[in-house]
Amino acid sequence: MATAIEVVNAHGAGHDSHDGHDHAGHPPPSAGVDSRKLLMWLFLASDCMFFGTLIATYMTYRNRSIDLQMPPYPNEIFDIPYTSVSAFVLLMSSLTMVLALAAIQRGDHRGLRIWLSSTALLGAIFVGGQFFEFTTFAHEGLTLSSNIFGSSFYVLTGFHGAHVTIGVIWLLSLVFVSLRGGIPQEKAMDVEIAGLYWHFVDIVWIVIFTLVYLVPYPNPPEGAAETAPHAFVRITEFGQQLMHALPF
Amino acid sequence: MASHAPAHGAHDAHAEHHPTPADYVRIAIILSIITLVEVVIYYIPQMRGILVPILLVLSIVKFLAVVGYFMHLKDDKRLFRLSFVAALVLSLAVFLAMLAMFNTAASWMPDIIPFVS
Repeated sequence: MATAIEVVNAHGAGHDSHDGHDHAGHPPPSAGVDSRKLLMWLFLASDCMFFGTLIATYMTYRNRSIDLQMPPYPNEIFDIPYTSVSAFVLLMSSLTMVLALAAIQRGDHRGLRIWLSSTALLGAIFVGGQFFEFTTFAHEGLTLSSNIFGSSFYVLTGFHGAHVTIGVIWLLSLVFVSLRGGIPQEKAMDVEIAGLYWHFVDIVWIVIFTLVYLVPYPNPPEGAAETAPHAFVRITEFGQQLMHALPF
Repeated sequence: MASHAPAHGAHDAHAEHHPTPADYVRIAIILSIITLVEVVIYYIPQMRGILVPILLVLSIVKFLAVVGYFMHLKDDKRLFRLSFVAALVLSLAVFLAMLAMFNTAASWMPDIIPFVS
């Protein structure tokens, strides 16, 4: 058995003992990999395709509201300095997350709780900032149904915000479990798996920040606001025709 | 890390190359500087012509740094790398297919999909 099982955790924690079970009582892995970690990577792969599709949808319709002259336009309402701070906050949360993992791998439980709490706090700041941003945009007339930019923007960034929120809850639960002594050094894999999820959320935002916020938008045409109802009527009529064409 | 005393020599060798907390801080500083550069060049009008390719390169560098160092994929199992890279490639294919399809669609079926015309 000992020869059949390779080292599971490449990061110094959650090692298998030679009886085929790790210290946390998990079953022996196959193919020399930890099954929970493999599952998380496969989940991230599926989530990668999920966000890939949302980003592709956004990019497909990126300039359509400008082409169709349906305000509000992205370059009118985006606040790049504000979003840059949010991006920086999320980036720093990746640092605190990896420091939390390093802390538990060397058996530093206090460090683990400090860094996990810091990560959760930074994540909460990001989500709070996103909520404020959404509220501001809504006051400026951009809603989920105001134009195709609003629909694709809120769906993409909203799903990302939901992921961050889930991550914050996960991190806080780890802090709680750690306070009760439930994360010994041998179970550092629990932190590593949460970390993988958290870093993934960060890399998704790296892509969103660039493609959604920083890549420039064309300037709206002169007199765009006056012609906006025409474009709206076209889409509304298309929707009505589609509904009438449906057999049910 | 050292207190683990892993049983396998290969793991010992790997642990020697594992980034330290100081390495993580250095990487985070580099990522912060890249983010700052992205925002600064966004406001420079003379950069507009080459802004998009520069932004894409910088974001790819940030992406790879986080995946490679913070997620440890650089030194991790090949199976993990394969699963993630496969998903990335598939996502990129979907992305390019959607752009190609809708850009083409706009030219020959504007009445069916008016919002892409």
